[in-house]
Amino acid sequence: MKRLLLNFLGAVLVLTLLGAGAGKAQTFTAGDIAITHAKIFTLAGPPIEDGTVVIHAGKIAAVGAGIPIPAGAQVIDAKGLQVYPGLFDPVTQMGLSEIGAVNATVDTTETGSFNPDVTAATAILPSSAHIPVTRASGITEVIAAPASGGFDSRGASNLVGGQASAIHLSGWTAEEMLINKHAAMVVDWPGIETRSFDFSTFSIKEKPFADAKKEYDKQVNELADYVEQARHYAQALQSPGTGFQRDVKLEAMGPVVRGEMPLLIFADRARQIRDAVEFCDKQKLKIILAGGTEAWKEKDLLRSKSVPVILRPTLGEPPEEDDAYDRLLTQPEELRAAGIKIAFGSFDNSFARRLGQNAANAIAHGLPYEEGLKAVTLYPAQMFGLDAQLGTVETGKTANLIVTNGDPLEVTTDIRYLLIKGQLTSTDNKQKALYEKYLSRPKAAH
Amino acid sequence: MKTRANILCLAAAFLVATAGLLSAREKPASGASLDAAAPVILIRNATILTVSHGTIDKGDILIKDGKIAAVGGTLKAPADAVVIDATGQFVTPGIIDCHSHIAVDGSVNEGSVSVSSMVNIADVLNSDDISIWRDLAGGVTTANILHGSANSIGGQTVVIKLRWGQPAAKLPFEGALPGIKFALGENPKRSNFRVSGAPERYPATRMGVEETIRGAFTEARDYKKSWDDYNKRVASGEKNAIPPRRNLKLDPLVEVLEGKRYVHAHCYREDEILMLLRVAKEFGFHVQTLQHVLEGYKVADEIAAAGTGASTFSDWWAYKVEAYEAIPYNAALMTRRGVLVSINSDDAAEATHLNQEAAKSILYGGLTHDEALKLVTLNPAIQLGIEKRVGSIDVGKDADLAIYNHDPLSAYAVVQKTLIDGRVYFDREKEIAGRAALEKEKKDLLEKARKKQEEEKKAGAKKPEEKKAEEKKPDEKKSEEKKPEDKPKPPQDDAGQGGAQ
Repeated sequence: MKRLLLNFLGAVLVLTLLGAGAGKAQTFTAGDIAITHAKIFTLAGPPIEDGTVVIHAGKIAAVGAGIPIPAGAQVIDAKGLQVYPGLFDPVTQMGLSEIGAVNATVDTTETGSFNPDVTAATAILPSSAHIPVTRASGITEVIAAPASGGFDSRGASNLVGGQASAIHLSGWTAEEMLINKHAAMVVDWPGIETRSFDFSTFSIKEKPFADAKKEYDKQVNELADYVEQARHYAQALQSPGTGFQRDVKLEAMGPVVRGEMPLLIFADRARQIRDAVEFCDKQKLKIILAGGTEAWKEKDLLRSKSVPVILRPTLGEPPEEDDAYDRLLTQPEELRAAGIKIAFGSFDNSFARRLGQNAANAIAHGLPYEEGLKAVTLYPAQMFGLDAQLGTVETGKTANLIVTNGDPLEVTTDIRYLLIKGQLTSTDNKQKALYEKYLSRPKAAH
Repeated sequence: MKTRANILCLAAAFLVATAGLLSAREKPASGASLDAAAPVILIRNATILTVSHGTIDKGDILIKDGKIAAVGGTLKAPADAVVIDATGQFVTPGIIDCHSHIAVDGSVNEGSVSVSSMVNIADVLNSDDISIWRDLAGGVTTANILHGSANSIGGQTVVIKLRWGQPAAKLPFEGALPGIKFALGENPKRSNFRVSGAPERYPATRMGVEETIRGAFTEARDYKKSWDDYNKRVASGEKNAIPPRRNLKLDPLVEVLEGKRYVHAHCYREDEILMLLRVAKEFGFHVQTLQHVLEGYKVADEIAAAGTGASTFSDWWAYKVEAYEAIPYNAALMTRRGVLVSINSDDAAEATHLNQEAAKSILYGGLTHDEALKLVTLNPAIQLGIEKRVGSIDVGKDADLAIYNHDPLSAYAVVQKTLIDGRVYFDREKEIAGRAALEKEKKDLLEKARKKQEEEKKAGAKKPEEKKAEEKKPDEKKSEEKKPEDKPKPPQDDAGQGGAQ
């Protein structure tokens, strides 16, 4: 056992040396792997004590106690450690944005109001420094969403922002990373904006509410018209007459109007949420709500229409001055208790590693532990129709797993091993390398 | 629709008018005004994380006259003592945030000039800022309130205690040395804030930032000399000496030269850190803290040798170029190299969980439990020169304490009570119990507003000035603003112009 571990460490070392620099090897083993003597949190049943997970051809081949280890399998002795499904961050701009303040590195948001044809996977940079950094916190897959705002992008200004892609956080090319290129269509629901920052005068401009409301109604109508147009287009496409002109944008809306692709609608205020849900209900479109800062105000509607909600970080400030100070922290349990499916999202890149922390804080405010854990694993997978492949430790699923020394939602927990598609994947990253470099700086002379 | 909007508007106006009332309900849970003596309090049977002398597993803390009177095993309480049963709970010193922009009325940046040392944040303290209450609920008891980072030399800073419910004049930490904000790098050179049409402002490079600071201190040195000369002449009995003309920009810089005002310098990159330390040496002043200092780990020895403190973020990175080599190991690495380190918030929401941010240094760089907790208690106290008063649980110190239901270095810890000067300013149980009454009050007020609106409608045509007020509808934004900003705060940390930090 020890020898195998040494071999493994040796392999890590060799590959670390080989792969020094930006193109560092992300994966370095192939073949069967057995994780043994672990406490396994399958999220599909009670935890398994002293359990084994066998991985074959990238998938979980067997899970349980006392399972035979296939001959030749690499064994990871996880005595004293715990196995969980890798965490799933359902809203990021991963690979689409490197440095928020530098426009040249940001590919999150196209110009124009309607961009259903643009696809996140196209612009995902596999060698982005964010990917290994995020991975080190136990996140194995994410949704990369265009026009989704965030700390690292320039904000969202499209009505239809483009297609979000589901990706593994490992791979030499976008193709190797892809789980589902066309995971959802991003819509940034308009807001009633009475205030805007005017750069020419460096001041905040106020707009009368009635004007802002008019603008809002206009945008919602534009969106409705667009969906209507897309529906007609899809119909016409079935039997295109002579002179029928193809349109890449409307064509990209096809899966949406056919109800095959969900809309990932960003809406936070109660009115936006209400209008977005009613819109989708009327138009018979699938919806995943993202943001949901005031979802609690519309919980009856959300429950009755079975709308899943991806919540913004709980560690934020409530929107209203007279909201309870812990409004965002207690909301997850309030929604769950009302029968609404929730997930947590980072809505960001550089703060993606706080995903678990956000879930933990909601748990500290009433959300049952296992529900909190599922809200960063199984539930996001379900929302994007990926739960047959991801989200739990079950036979037949893709082996995206983490082996930890404790609760993966806790801020002090170390991710000891991480597997993506059944491959042991490095948790080294740029930050760790810089740490090691400067840790060994000789003491400065003075 | 118009009617509905009007109702909303009026209701909002009502809410604003009664905001004082609402917040009054949340004033010190003890209900005591500052005039009344602080009660004698005994915190019983807690795990006490003293920070200065280890952890007491089951101990008591006796509080008298706002100070810690005794700490230890089982203490005897006077008959009139208020007993807080903290069985199973954890007591820490109140959290100290070395970089905050809460409690500020309006924008934090006077961005028009590169040296704005004449402005003072203490002049614009806003005791009604709800962030005070939220941070208090996160265990924060003391905060260093700074301007933004639009200027190489920014405004004068003030240390406050989060005495929610007290007027602005009662917020400043008595006796704490005031400071001044400096800023280096992308923000003062306005890298990310170029606006077409706006006049270009010197400096636009890190070279220019150095010269802006050198220029200002050269002036300040001359100015100081003119005053020293004048004072000497007066002291020697000269009757007709004419005093130099007062210069409000240079006065605070003279205080820096005289060691009467701390320099808190916003910085990121290793080169600019060393630049400031060189300039400080040249002019003979001390840099009390480097703020953010995300590349501090690269020049930790130099920072330690200068005796300068470092106040950094836990894990922020990549929001701009100078933050691209930020590492979450920064606090631990600098600590190991002998730098006095704290973790700060720079953001009202971030401040509510500084305990968790400190905990990350256990994972990233292997600090001990005590070392990690010091990052948000004793270390920032030392950096702000208030360690004799706060920062640890020791007899004689101010009774500024946070009580958690769990080990505070965990994402599962929730603050139960926060005490400042021996008074309970935040009590989670009472807060939750009071919510129904607040909701009802709000509902009643909205109903009252609606009725008034109806009456006015019945009464007929409105007076012209009412119409005018309506057109402006300044309060609509409160309920109809677009989606709230992503938190933690915007990419430019504290450099924004429009009130962003």
